Amino acid sequence: MTVDSITRKYEPRRVIPKAERQATSAMIASLDAEGYDTVPAPFGHALVEEARRNDRIVGLSADLSKYTDLHIFANEMPDRFYQMGMAEQVLFSAAAGLAREGFVPFATTYAVFASRRAYDFIAMAIVEEMLPVKMVCALPGLSTGYGPSHQATEDLAIFRGLPHLTIVDPCDACDVQGMVPQIAADPGPVYARLPRGKVPSVLTRHKPDYKFELGKAQMIREGTDVLVVSTGFMTMRALDAAEILAKDGIEVAVLHTPTIKPLDTDTILAEAGKGGRLVVTAENHTIMGGLGEAVARTLMCAGVTPAFRNIALPDKFLEAGALPTLHDMYGISRDRVVEQIRGWL
Amino acid sequence: MATSPQQAGAIPNMSLELRAWNIRRKALRMGEVQGQGYIGQALGIADVLAASYFHALNHRPDDPEWEDRDRFCLSIGHYAIALYAVLMEAGILPEEELETYGMDDSRMPMSGMASYTPGMEITGGSLGHGLGIAVGMAMGLKRKQSDAFVYNLMSDGECGEGSTWEAAASAVQWKLDNLICLVDFNDQQADGKTTAALARVPEEGKWAAFGWHAQRVDGNDLEAVVAALDTARNADHEGPRVIIFDTTMCKGVDFLEDREITHFVRVEPDEWQKALDVLEEGKPQ
Repeated sequence: MTVDSITRKYEPRRVIPKAERQATSAMIASLDAEGYDTVPAPFGHALVEEARRNDRIVGLSADLSKYTDLHIFANEMPDRFYQMGMAEQVLFSAAAGLAREGFVPFATTYAVFASRRAYDFIAMAIVEEMLPVKMVCALPGLSTGYGPSHQATEDLAIFRGLPHLTIVDPCDACDVQGMVPQIAADPGPVYARLPRGKVPSVLTRHKPDYKFELGKAQMIREGTDVLVVSTGFMTMRALDAAEILAKDGIEVAVLHTPTIKPLDTDTILAEAGKGGRLVVTAENHTIMGGLGEAVARTLMCAGVTPAFRNIALPDKFLEAGALPTLHDMYGISRDRVVEQIRGWL
Repeated sequence: MATSPQQAGAIPNMSLELRAWNIRRKALRMGEVQGQGYIGQALGIADVLAASYFHALNHRPDDPEWEDRDRFCLSIGHYAIALYAVLMEAGILPEEELETYGMDDSRMPMSGMASYTPGMEITGGSLGHGLGIAVGMAMGLKRKQSDAFVYNLMSDGECGEGSTWEAAASAVQWKLDNLICLVDFNDQQADGKTTAALARVPEEGKWAAFGWHAQRVDGNDLEAVVAALDTARNADHEGPRVIIFDTTMCKGVDFLEDREITHFVRVEPDEWQKALDVLEEGKPQ
């Protein structure tokens, strides 16, 4: 029998003039700090500090300790670190076993590998059993230019379906530093998206007394025209966009929602329910199944129906390229946030 | 006449043959209650369970959460009927609950659930999970300087799961000499023979190549099972240990043994009593 294999057609890609070209940001690179001060490896340092207080904490990684800032912990406390090799299924199963024996394992890898490859193990060995494993995963959403193999654009959608899993999407170094002791103290399983490398300090510049509180959404900026409900680094984009829009007399409030599950519905309803403001959600995640849909459900079920829009990644496998280019292309750069909000008013 | 749980576990000097027979009988009675169940596997693994709980394992029936106990992970959740039988025989579960097997509100669901059942260490059933969890437990026990062992009971078919081999490599890397993996090799999985699926190469060679201390014995020969468990615990080997047990599905009930063996052995409603009668005839003295 004669069967022809599938043939592919390669379209020519855009040719960008040399002067405008940007290199694909390396995997190791941090998110562009964009004018903010940065803190090196806040997760690794915060974990070391917490582990000094809590000797039940152990760390595990699947050959990505250097790329999840866990190497700081591994170097500082080598006898409490497990290099599990390139094996995400046993990474999370073994973390479950350690948790059963009374330890508090912090297990790290990339968000794509946790959510796609190890899902069954996370669901059954860890979450169904309510074990206190802390899964801290780098490269969430669109934070690498390597293309779909490394871009965890649907991790929140995947994990939101798991009962009693706490899900955190921190914005900056302050969030990460505040998050580590709080998730370590939480009795259940946690999935946290991880900004790693040189991580900007964003929130305290806009609100000097800001402190991360697990499960709480917090107003970072007040404003009368628009309420942005945002998570992860999109809070930084929303705050930056708000400063630009303020120059045009458009007052944008920003409600930072780093805990995706359980969602702080009381605060979201209180703020959205004030009325008179366009409500916009902003997330570094596909439009399917993330913060936008969670907030929409919250508002609809409570009978709170402001004008409502979403900023999120499209329902597509995204391109490879340089991050600033991709953020612009897919609508999550500062300027695209400004442009979208303006267009909706 | 049901034996009370305290008595069952406490009867001293009962032969392992009789323990295994009791396990088979309890499993058949649960099958009768529910009209179904993985009875072929339960009858096949009864000798291994008897030797595990009444010879090898260090445990306290009145305190299933005792910190120093040996852990026994049932990776093959569908073998729960067999584990309930041995948990009852050991006095960890009251025998009266046998009547509730697989019913609403029962502590004994058809597939093992850690949160339901005393003595059920993990929730197995999604095959390929148990060994990885056991690896983490063995690591944790070493961190605590505990002398306890972790046993993981899995199936031949489960060796097809890639996660099994991630865990197998990891156990060697971390020199987990407190981990003993028990593989029930009955050469039967859902769609047919395991040797016709992913077990063309002898299993013991795979495990040995990974660095495990590997044994393969007749899992229905109690003397051989006991000797293998002793060797596994005491072997001078710096890594984990595996025993592959060749077992016969439906062992002990000849007309079921002779039936065309499948993953889910069909037993007609009137055959449960017949099976119990056949078993009764073979009761060890």
